[in-house]
Amino acid sequence: MLKPLIFVLAAVALIALPHGLSFSQQEILVFLVINILLVTSYRLLTLTGEWSLGHVVIMGVGAYASALVSKELGVNVPVSILLGGITSALLAVLLSFPLFRMKGFYFLIGSFAAGEIIRLIWKRFREPFGGVRGISGIDPMPDFSLGFYSFDFFEPVSYYYFAGFVVMICLWVLWRIEKSPVGLTFHAVHWQDKLAQASGVNLRAYRTLAFAIASGFAGIAGALQGHYVGTVNPNSFDIEVMVFVLTWAIVGGTATFYGPILGCVLLTILNEIVLRELGFEQARPLIYGAIMILSILFLPNGLESIVQKVLPRKAAPSPERKAAA
Amino acid sequence: MMELLAQTGLNAVYAASYISLVAVGLVLIFGVMGVVNFAHGELFMAGAYAIVALYADMHLPFFIAVPIGMLFVGLLGLVMEWGLFRPLKDNPLGGLVASIGFLMILQSLAVMGFGVRMEHIPPVTQEVVRFTDKVGLPVARLYVIVAAVVLLGALWYFLKRTRFGWALRASAQDPEAAALQGISITQTARIAMFIGAALAGVAGALTAPLVSVNPHMGHSVIVTAFIVIIVGGVGSLEGAIVASVVYAFVHTFVTTFWDGVLADIVGLMLMLVVLIVKPTGLFGSADRA
Repeated sequence: MLKPLIFVLAAVALIALPHGLSFSQQEILVFLVINILLVTSYRLLTLTGEWSLGHVVIMGVGAYASALVSKELGVNVPVSILLGGITSALLAVLLSFPLFRMKGFYFLIGSFAAGEIIRLIWKRFREPFGGVRGISGIDPMPDFSLGFYSFDFFEPVSYYYFAGFVVMICLWVLWRIEKSPVGLTFHAVHWQDKLAQASGVNLRAYRTLAFAIASGFAGIAGALQGHYVGTVNPNSFDIEVMVFVLTWAIVGGTATFYGPILGCVLLTILNEIVLRELGFEQARPLIYGAIMILSILFLPNGLESIVQKVLPRKAAPSPERKAAA
Repeated sequence: MMELLAQTGLNAVYAASYISLVAVGLVLIFGVMGVVNFAHGELFMAGAYAIVALYADMHLPFFIAVPIGMLFVGLLGLVMEWGLFRPLKDNPLGGLVASIGFLMILQSLAVMGFGVRMEHIPPVTQEVVRFTDKVGLPVARLYVIVAAVVLLGALWYFLKRTRFGWALRASAQDPEAAALQGISITQTARIAMFIGAALAGVAGALTAPLVSVNPHMGHSVIVTAFIVIIVGGVGSLEGAIVASVVYAFVHTFVTTFWDGVLADIVGLMLMLVVLIVKPTGLFGSADRA
């Protein structure tokens, strides 16, 4: 009885949320929703134990692909977003051949190099990527009406509903994947790789699968962003954005599904709303950096460890136990 | 054509000098402490801003400002060791995250103290050593080359010929065994961090009048340094120097004959190929320094 009630209340709260906010806060909300998908997809990759520094560029691949197929080939916008995700996933499969020859620190640096190369290719080739300026005038999502509500996608509220709907579906799929046997194998690949291999698990195939799925959803996030902003350029997917994603994941904690989301939401509110309102415009990176340092020093297991202390019964089983299951 | 080749070669030697100063510092820190210092580019930037403050604004002589800047950045390194890397010794991602946080702090301190715009630094000297009509080496660049040779030579002597140097190499090879021999791991970490940071600082200080100084200049420096330490083999000082020279020549020649973005792509490709074919790098071996 309680569960459906909480669910309905949460849904109402999410639908009502943008109406209490200013225009600029509504815009931040749209990006927040997209970033939640980005950081959750990133977590799927970290399940297999690999930390990538190329995830934001992969997101950009989805944005570029969606922008190009809608602009040059005239594909409808919601379809192009899906194609953007597929492009990112396929590229990830391709990149897995060189990158999964590496592990740990080398993978981190290798993924960074691969990402920078893609970004520089966007910069270097004006056809079809538009060079440094990127692609502008990307087709927006076509307006439509559901009878009781008309979507006007120049309004952040409308785009929030649309993106929120897409992101909810994606999160649900990611959640199901993690709870499926495949997801449990991802844990095994990370924590018990020798045992998993001895039990007949193809480590390389599962690593590639996790990389492809994570990249596909990152591509969808990128495409969602591209059609909202209307432009994509190489600098909007640079290492600074990647640092933010990394921070959300680490400050939130990656042992649970909600950890990175928690990190993303709280840090975005802090960075975009609190610090901006307080007038710390120039000092924002400084305070943000200090928070990163303080949280890694004093909260090494992330914000989720606080939640787990407050709600002990909801604590997720430890990865070792999952792997053994 | 010969003259263009010679001139490009000279430019590459200059680039190799300051890149190797930065990369050797990064390798030293990684070797002794086992952390990848993402803020290394910002230490370079801090060295450059020390010159902005001391030489351009306060009009101290350049050759007094450079050692002060070097010392200042070395002290920043000590602060990082004490505040970040020592408490996070047992956390594998800790040093990475903390150094990214420190990077953001340094960047925004530079923005707040000096503004986002490019700094103008009066040239130290306009003289040029002329070899032929078209081939010349500006004396300001010669300073960088001489400093790199002298400092790296001194570092080599320190590491191979002094007791502290032995202790440093021992704790890089095997911290536990070194500790059992009575070497203070904390002390060697402190020294490595000070030297590593100071090398990045002096590179930034010496090149400040030659490049555009801005709060975000560290980004390209750290990317270059990563390429160099991967190609040279993570943890190998000799490898870092050789890779600096290789990278500087490849990058400078591709920039001169094609364009800069293509040179960046080629540099990153070089690193990816090394990672795929020989992840331990050209000079990589089991031990770390």
